[in-house]
Amino acid sequence: MSDDHVYLSLAEGHESGDERWAFGTGFEDPLYGVDTAVPDGVDTAELAASCLALGDDALVSTQRLAEWTTRAPELEEEVALANIGLDLLGQARLLYARCGQVDGTGRGEDAYAYFRDAEDFRPVRLAELPNGDFAFCVARLLVLSSWRLAHFHHLTASPDPVLAAIAAKGVKELTYHRQYAAEWVVRLGDGTEESHRRMRAALEQVGPYLDELFTAYDAQEEVAAVLRQVTQAAGLPFPAGQSLPGAGRDGDHTEHLALLLAELQSVARAHPEATW
Amino acid sequence: MATSQSSRSTAGGAGSDLQEHFDATIALNQRIEPRDWMPEGYRKTLIRQVAQHAHSEIIGMQPEGEWITRAPSLRRKAILFAKVQDEAGHGLYLYSAAETLGADRAQLTEWLIEGRQKYSSIFNYPTPNFADVGVIGWFVDGAAICNQVPLCRSSYGPYARAMVRICKEESFHQRQGYELLMTMMRGTDAQREMVQDAVNRWWWPSLMMFGPPDDNSPNSAASMAWRIKRHSNDELRQRFVDMTVPQAAKLGVTLPDPELRWDQERGHHDFGTPDWDEFQRVISGDGPCNAQRIERRRTAHEEGTWVREAAAAHAAKQATRAHKGAAA
Amino acid sequence: MSTTQHQRDDWPLYEVFVRGKRGLNHVHVGSLHAADDRMALTHARDLYTRRNEGVSIWAVRSEHIAASTRDEKDPFFAPSADKVYRHPTFYDIPDDVPHI
Repeated sequence: MSDDHVYLSLAEGHESGDERWAFGTGFEDPLYGVDTAVPDGVDTAELAASCLALGDDALVSTQRLAEWTTRAPELEEEVALANIGLDLLGQARLLYARCGQVDGTGRGEDAYAYFRDAEDFRPVRLAELPNGDFAFCVARLLVLSSWRLAHFHHLTASPDPVLAAIAAKGVKELTYHRQYAAEWVVRLGDGTEESHRRMRAALEQVGPYLDELFTAYDAQEEVAAVLRQVTQAAGLPFPAGQSLPGAGRDGDHTEHLALLLAELQSVARAHPEATW
Repeated sequence: MATSQSSRSTAGGAGSDLQEHFDATIALNQRIEPRDWMPEGYRKTLIRQVAQHAHSEIIGMQPEGEWITRAPSLRRKAILFAKVQDEAGHGLYLYSAAETLGADRAQLTEWLIEGRQKYSSIFNYPTPNFADVGVIGWFVDGAAICNQVPLCRSSYGPYARAMVRICKEESFHQRQGYELLMTMMRGTDAQREMVQDAVNRWWWPSLMMFGPPDDNSPNSAASMAWRIKRHSNDELRQRFVDMTVPQAAKLGVTLPDPELRWDQERGHHDFGTPDWDEFQRVISGDGPCNAQRIERRRTAHEEGTWVREAAAAHAAKQATRAHKGAAA
Repeated sequence: MSTTQHQRDDWPLYEVFVRGKRGLNHVHVGSLHAADDRMALTHARDLYTRRNEGVSIWAVRSEHIAASTRDEKDPFFAPSADKVYRHPTFYDIPDDVPHI
């Protein structure tokens, strides 16, 4: 049998040794060549808080996207939602790592994700809400990715070179997330009576959480422009609604955050001495 | 689909020429491609085999998918998320291969949900402990690779090519599993116990993944002749055991088989007999998680219906608008 | 099933072609389902280029492909630069562990 060795036989007929592995083995380290020293004049406490909050948004969003696994409306959507979740998880890891470098504690990414309690997290509340249906999934994704994209665009000019590099990488990812979400909002708004009704309800649910985003980072103009364009194309009303008092950035959270974290942290906290 | 119609129409006049041409292609170890004439039995057997394989990838997302939200480090979370995503992708590659034979994914999904088509029995076992993620990578993906690597030379072109892509991608699946277990074995006592517990639960079901013993494997002979199966169940099972035993020794875990020993004469490991009654029970629907697995798939498919309909309706409206725009 | 009679919920099949790098032809990599062309491209990106396999994608409805003969119309074959964990060489396995 020429396929005696399960992997070597995959490389048959190829010169280079890497043919037995999957296609495309070039990697880019987003922080390659970036100086991690904090430049003079940068307020490290402010920088750490900013990294932490943006990391929290990404981690909580990833968790919600991961909950879609095996529940997506079509297999192609499984793959798409996982890609978006993995992008955001990658952002969270880089942001937490930067936080640990500048907040004086030297903690690693997992310390922030697994060993902080809910009251120490700072995500915006829109990210915390439970998944709901696919219409809510894409409505939330459209708003959060548009807002985060505007913020990341701004951060590419951050005086901190690491945060600027993280933002530059994130801009590419978020541009795709926004496109994916926008296309789906249009499809669902325009599609059938049922999808129109659900999409409309999803936007109504998102509406009250918008102001909180703009208090955290004022991208009202950019986000409103996207929402106007998309809702017009979809034949949907612009999302509005009485804004909620409080803000996730100030430590005000929905009751859903603690539950989400309890699940996320369950194994890590059951084995605090373990390495994985 | 389009690919099948031409073959079906030629199949109507299937003379001995076509059969001879088909047989010669197989004999020369060349590939059959979608538009080639093929015997109806070959087509049906392949659809069944490829669909079962595709269903296994999709149902196989569930046991590990349960742990993405609870993975105990962000690195493990990313790895597991990407792995389960790959399984969705592999299911898609395989459904696509089945579609080149005239099957239809929506139909195959219905058959899965209705229990008319099967998937690998291994995915009907539960995953109560995070070490299960590692052991699934090591055993289940290891066994899958033993099964699948020979299929990269399957006689049906689209299936063989899907298998090449899948095998290359799955090589990371097995390694991430083994690496997780190595890390856990270097960790706390509780972690080592978790690993051994998972090994004990998954060993025998993994051996069953290769199917019943050769003397009781109803579909094997024709599939071997058609080269859509290239080694017997027992041959592959032996290969898996021989491959895994030294890996277990390195890891420091015990495989739960008192009869396991090296047979110098055969040059292979001897091992005990899996509980084939259990295999029959699980494959015919009475495993620990069968109902739950199918129910999840059914729910996702049914709850996605309005989304898929909406996208199709939007596409139809867009096409009409474009048409009207062009006319005006 | 909950599928209504007049509303189709299965999307048409597309064939996907990927240009692996500049200077190479687009190569058929497989197929997928999508409701429209834009969705076909986003799905193709997510499914067939998640390991950095491409710089350009074509997607075409399978039914629009004209094939030469009844023999051989060939469906099949073929970014995310930081997802190093998708690759087996990312995992540090000692050299003396066989067959992995």
